[in-house]
Formats: sequence, C-alpha cells, structure tokens
Amino acid sequence: MTAPQTPDRNPRRAFIAAAGAGVAGLGFTAIAPGLHLMAVGEANAATEARKAGTAASPAVRWGLLIDAGKCAPGCSKCIDACHNENGVSEKLPDPRQNSQWIRKIELVDRRNGRKTELPMMCQHCANPPCVDVCPTGASMKRADGIVLVDRHTCIGCRYCMMACPYKARSFVHAPLTQQNPEVPRGQGCVESCTLCVHRVDKGQQPACVESCPEGAMIFGDLNDTNSAIAKRIASVPTTQVRSDLRLNQGVRYQGI
Amino acid sequence: MATLNPRNEEGLFYILTAIGGLVSAVGIGAALYMEHTGHVVTGMNNQIVWGLPHVFAIFLIVTASGVLNVASMGSVFSRKLYKPRAPLSGLLALAMISGGLAVIMLDLGRADRLMVAATHFNPTSVFGWNVILYPVFYGIVAVYLWTMMEQRMNPYTKVAGFATFIWRIVLTTGTGSIFAFLVARQAYGSALLAPMFIIMSFSWGLAVFLVVQSTMYAWNGMSLPPLVLQRMKNLLATFISAVLYFTIVLHLVNAYFAKNMAFEYFLLFDSEFASLFWIGQVLIGTLLPLALLFYPATATRALWVNVAALLAILGAFFQLYVFIIGGQAFPLDIFPGYDITSSFMDGMVDHYSASLPEVLLAFGGLGIAFTMTTIGVRILHFLPQDDLAELEAAASATD
Repeated sequence: MTAPQTPDRNPRRAFIAAAGAGVAGLGFTAIAPGLHLMAVGEANAATEARKAGTAASPAVRWGLLIDAGKCAPGCSKCIDACHNENGVSEKLPDPRQNSQWIRKIELVDRRNGRKTELPMMCQHCANPPCVDVCPTGASMKRADGIVLVDRHTCIGCRYCMMACPYKARSFVHAPLTQQNPEVPRGQGCVESCTLCVHRVDKGQQPACVESCPEGAMIFGDLNDTNSAIAKRIASVPTTQVRSDLRLNQGVRYQGI
Repeated sequence: MATLNPRNEEGLFYILTAIGGLVSAVGIGAALYMEHTGHVVTGMNNQIVWGLPHVFAIFLIVTASGVLNVASMGSVFSRKLYKPRAPLSGLLALAMISGGLAVIMLDLGRADRLMVAATHFNPTSVFGWNVILYPVFYGIVAVYLWTMMEQRMNPYTKVAGFATFIWRIVLTTGTGSIFAFLVARQAYGSALLAPMFIIMSFSWGLAVFLVVQSTMYAWNGMSLPPLVLQRMKNLLATFISAVLYFTIVLHLVNAYFAKNMAFEYFLLFDSEFASLFWIGQVLIGTLLPLALLFYPATATRALWVNVAALLAILGAFFQLYVFIIGGQAFPLDIFPGYDITSSFMDGMVDHYSASLPEVLLAFGGLGIAFTMTTIGVRILHFLPQDDLAELEAAASATD
C-alpha cells in the first residue's frame, strides 16, 4: 500500500499551490471580514494529469463544491457542457427514459418560500449505496473517490438506481449513436456522472465546472488542505445532501 | 366425479403443455424484442426502474420457497398429512423459481451477460447473495426430491428436508432483504421486510399448492379427503391473517414517523395505489378469502376453499404491485423540507403503465412454471396418495 504523501512532497499539490500563487496576483475580492472570494481561475485551476499506467491514488479525494447562491436561475450551461462532453444526446419519446447525468433542481423552502437552484448529479459518496448493492461489482468507487460504472460488467439490473438516494443514475433505454470515444456508453447499462474522469486523468476540470459562467463550482482534492476546495470548505458552512444518511459525499453545497 | 379416459387425458396433457409452452415462448420472444430495441418499449423509466416483470418474478420466487413448506411440515415437523404431498411441493418449488428467475434474468438490460453475474461476485450486494442462494436452492431441493423418490435414500429424507427448510427460510430472507437494504426510498429499508416476505411465502405457497393439488385431484376424478381439506384451509387462513398482521404493523410504524407520513398518505389514500391496496390487497386478497375460509357453509367445501386460495394469489399480485411500483412512484425526498422540481421528475409522482412486451414477459414466467409443473406431475406421478386410516389415526392422536 502506498503511504499518503505529505503536502510538501506531492507534486500535484505543489502545482496547485503554484497555480494558486500565480493567480493570486489577479487579486482577491473581500466579501466579508476574513472571507475572500477567490478568482475563478484559481479555484478551478487545472489538476495534475495521472500518468498512463499508474493507479488512481487513495491519497486524493476528488470532490466538488457547488455554491447554490451563485447558480443562476434558468441557466443550464453545466448541463449542456456535461451532456456534450459525454455524448448524452438521445431524445426518447418518453422524456423520463432519457439519461440525465446532471440536472438543475429548483428548491422552494416550505417555511418561507425561498427559492434556490442548484445542479444535482452523482454525489460520489465515500460509502456509496450503489456500490454496496451492485451484484457484479460493476458499480465501483475508484481509489480517488470517483464513483463509476464498469460498462463491461454492468448487467443492467437497476438495483443501484433503487439504492441511490439522489436519483443520480440513468438507465440507457435505447441504442446509442454518436458516442464520444472517450466516454463509452452502452444500451442496457446504468450510467451516471463520472466527474469527467477522462478529463480529470488528463489534468483537466470536469466539463460542468469549466462551463459555469458564475464560477459556482469548484473542483479539487478534498484531502489537500491547500486546495481551493478544501480551503473554501474550511471557511464557509457547506452541506452534504441527505447528510442524515452518513454517506459522506464528495459533492458539497454552499448556500442551501 | 367423472374420470377422464386415458385418451382424453393424454390429449388434454398435450394441449395444456402446448398452451404453457406457447405462453413461455411468447414471453421469451418479448424479452428478445426488449433486448433488441432496449427498454424504451417498456413502461419502465429512470424513476420506476422495476416494473411488472419484477412483480411477477418476485411473486414466483417468494411463492417457490413458500410452496416448499408443505414438504417441510411433512419431513421436518413429521406431520403425516403433509408427507405424501412433499414430492409435489418440491416439484412446484423448482418450477416456480425457474419461472421467476427466467423473468428476472430476461428483463436485465444486458441479459447476455448472465455469465458476468455468475463469475463476478460482490459480497455486500443482496442481489449477489441471491445469485448464490438460488442455485443452491435448486441443488438442495433436487437432492431432497431424490431422497424421497429413491427408496435407498429414504433414510436421508428428514436430513434433506431439514436442510431444505433452513435454506428456503434463508432464500426468502434474501428476497425480502433486496428491499430491506435500501436506504434511498421511503417504502423500503425496514428489517420487518425479511420476516414479512417469509410469511408472505407461507401464504402464497400454500394457496398455490392447494389450487394445483385440487386440479390434479379433479383430473384424476378424486376429491380431497375432508380432513386434509380442513387442515390445509385452516393453515391457509392462519397464514393470510399473519400477512395482514405484518402489513398493518409495517404501515402503522411507517406512518408514525413524520418523515414518512406523506408517503403513507400517498400510498394508502391519495394515489392510484390506494384502491389497489384497499380493494385488491385487503378486500380481495385478505378479507374475502378469510371469510370464505371461516364461514361454515363455504369452509367445508373444496370449491370455496380453492376460490379463497385463488383470491389470496390474486391479492399477492396486488400487494406486490403496490409495494414495488407504488414504492417507486413516490418521489425521493432528496431535500427534506423543500418542494423540488426538475427536468428529471424530481418531486413529482410518477405513473407507470406496463407495455405489452412487459406483460408478455411477466406471463411468460407463469408459463414456464406451469409447463414445468404439467410435465413434471405427469412424468413423475406426484399425485398425493393419502392413507386415510393412517391420517385419521394421526388426527385423533393430535386432536
């Protein structure tokens, strides 16, 4: 087993720190005493690519922080970017049968009518029920916390869809065309947000994060105390959806 | 009662086998069609992911283990009345689980990956446990039947019967646990579901056994001895009552929890499932059969006891439909305290209507079980033969 690397020796973290220092010159915007809204460029700085042939590191826990307060009503850029990136384009006669890897949810607080919008996708739980229930082990959690479906061993039983508390998974109901070669999908299999694992492994950001014009999403390593996401989570109140289930999601929300 | 002459009897056997075979073949054809086109041709979607095929499959699998109870009462609990019925009970169990598993497997999105399911095992998955439970069930029941049919093996019948009894309890625990081990949906996630599925299997299994047994007796121009009828109808009434008890407790406890009140109100009073629950499950599947089984004028007549058993079977389908489809139709409570809407049906009640291929696949499972039973009883001569003098002696000893 590889021992977790210390922050000083981790080149990826050093890279992020350097990137952060680089964009620091762009300046901080003070929004409250002791709290700085960092520039989008720093928050969404590229991560280090994973070298071919090396395994995902358990020292890393990839995660997302979504600021619902910044999520613009009616905006669907993250959804368009996700579905474009992953080749999710089918339009079936019954829209309930279409795949939706990410969706916008509108929340209305029953007590005061306050409205909030936010994107919802696979929450990349540390204790994912979908992984527990999958009979073949096709639903799996990568060492770096990304929850995936192995399209070669998924038998399409949909038990994971019964188990997911976030309705994050879709079943491919019809034959597919025009797939993105980097994101193989398959009729009869279950699928969900991969956190754009093919991009993350190349050192890029997930498509939804990159596309958000409001900078409402931060992607990064939750385990790295120097990462933008970890710093933000340490400084503002954030929420794990259905935290009562104790699933310890990698996706956190701010402002709900 | 008129007896069929051998030629007519043989003709009828072939007709029944052909009908069963045709229903099975059409079901398999429907599954191939779904495999080719995708589940787009079904009424299932990303909210209601399990539909009518699962209702039928789970009925068949639960009932398969329940029907074995008749054998267990003979072999394990030494009830003389049930011993001659054990072989038929074992055969029915194998036939029904075959039908149920066929439907489950043919409904898979990738039914062609059956070998993947057999060679990749996830120990934390209840489905994974079931992948082991089912084949062992086949093996144990087959050995049990062998010990009954082969005279040299008779001394081992009790041991084999005991193993079968334990395994069938484990198997139904596994089936109930498919739903018990779900944290996401309000309808499920209760430890009560495992024992409840066991008692459901007792009730439905005995009801199926009674109907099959009566049909076989009628076929052979015989009628069930009154003592046998009385014992079995009393047992059926007990099991139906027990299912009612579990149903009441499950809903009462669920309704007490504030977080589940909206779901219980939806299911029991404010949805298409309310009438299926009250009229289908409670009235047709529970109260009517209980009335028939306890009312003196009907309780002593084989016809009405069989009607009661058929109603209990019909009620089982209503119960599973309400439980499986109703449980999925209610939206997930992703943000407690908020009303939510989205393009993905969040916060909305879903409506399901089974498409023709699904209906055909579901009935195909019944067809497989029916065909296997028809062929099995003819080849293996599993008609229960009662020694009336022995029965009466046993009855007077226990009364």
